[in-house]
Amino acid sequence: MTTFTLDDMRRIMGGCAGVPETVDLTDDIGEVSFVELGYDSLAVLEMAARIQQQLGIRIPDDAVDEMKSPQAAVDYVNRRLAA
Amino acid sequence: MTERTRGRSHRPVVTGIGVAAPNGLGTQSYWSATLDGKSGLGRITRFDSERYPVRVAGEVSEFDDTEHVPSRLAVQTDHWSHLGLTAADMALRDAGIDAGDLPEYEMAVVTASSSGGTEFGQREIEKLWSQGPEYVGVYQSIAWFYAATTGQISIRYGMRGPCGVLCTEQAGGLDVAAQARRLLRQEATLVVTGGTDASLCPYGLVAQISTGMLSPRDDPERAYLPFDADACGYVPGEGGAMLVVENEATARARDARPYGVIAGYGATFDPRPVPGEEPRYNLHRAITLALEEAEVTPDQVDVVFADALGVPERDLAEAQAISAVFGPHGVPVTAPKTMTGRLYAGGSALDMATALLAIRDGVIPPTVGVRAAAPACELDLVRSAARDGPVRKALVLARGHGGFNAALLVTAP
Repeated sequence: MTTFTLDDMRRIMGGCAGVPETVDLTDDIGEVSFVELGYDSLAVLEMAARIQQQLGIRIPDDAVDEMKSPQAAVDYVNRRLAA
Repeated sequence: MTERTRGRSHRPVVTGIGVAAPNGLGTQSYWSATLDGKSGLGRITRFDSERYPVRVAGEVSEFDDTEHVPSRLAVQTDHWSHLGLTAADMALRDAGIDAGDLPEYEMAVVTASSSGGTEFGQREIEKLWSQGPEYVGVYQSIAWFYAATTGQISIRYGMRGPCGVLCTEQAGGLDVAAQARRLLRQEATLVVTGGTDASLCPYGLVAQISTGMLSPRDDPERAYLPFDADACGYVPGEGGAMLVVENEATARARDARPYGVIAGYGATFDPRPVPGEEPRYNLHRAITLALEEAEVTPDQVDVVFADALGVPERDLAEAQAISAVFGPHGVPVTAPKTMTGRLYAGGSALDMATALLAIRDGVIPPTVGVRAAAPACELDLVRSAARDGPVRKALVLARGHGGFNAALLVTAP
């Protein structure tokens, strides 16, 4: 079964929403909130759209509310993949 | 109330300049290229223009979106905003401004834009057609519209005073300077103004071609020849300039060195064309308004930066407007935009910046390519090489597609 890792998430973040000046995406950022990292809600929406396309899964718009941090997003995506 | 009756301390002065132009990125690079007559026109490289009727343009070739704009900002903005953000950053550094030190509600941003984010928009439209709506990026919602550059500058530097955008095509770069001046009379103490445009993508270019005024020539040296008997339209370009404007007292209080004063401004509209009748233009009146407001007589003006459309009938109209005020061959006229192409909203902002540099260094940059002004255009055109001489008062003219006219006088500080 495909799993979605934090590294996959890092690639999505940097690829579609850019890298904040004060952040190194290779750091231990899993539990840091997107807001603290410098990503606003629009950025998270964009990440969700790219994840949907790359993995062929459906992420409803309100699910973005659950994706507060990179790790939370990874956990959410893996739950969807397992469902 | 004129600027003069308000006293010197309230005169609006320009304290910072940032330039992103096809013949130079950065003010110094642009200015030395311009004085040397070095053109930035060439074959379009941003896309394959082979099958388009316009194949020569002015591209800011030194510019790298990923190098000059922070990554988070770059993904959510169009190339035109990238150029604007870069020029604004240069202008603020040049002015010695650290925005964090100033009251956020006293800093304003007013920029000009003609096309908005067409390249970004084209990319997203292509995704819509070829892949489907879910592939359209969320940033399309904020990247395309005319105020995007203003908004992103405002956010980046925490400038929360009155902000806006003016869309009057080529006249926009002057109209925003006048709006900046208005804001300084109210609560603002600093205004970031100017403009850029960058619409060198198929979608953007096709929209411009529809005017029938773009040059179809392939030789970059013969493609844009305003006032020449051989004129055949204009070359489009990308880029522009941003400026920092403050009241003189504010600038002097922090030991800033102003480039010059915004001393006069006039804006008029051309009447709607009537089929079968000669078109009528009101550029002449914009010039008169600007000089009257500054209480400057025509003989005191050292140089006119022409709008220089490169369309014979419109060149003649501009030459007649200039001659009507200054007399035939009565004032040096130049069009350094022959080295950049017309940058739309960015063009008149860049001309204003160029006029201020001309004042600073006492030299008039040349108009390149033009061999001789058409006999009907009774102009003292500064051709081929820069002309020395004190420049204390410079008039900048701009005509925006659709009938906008603007004239702005800048004077030595």
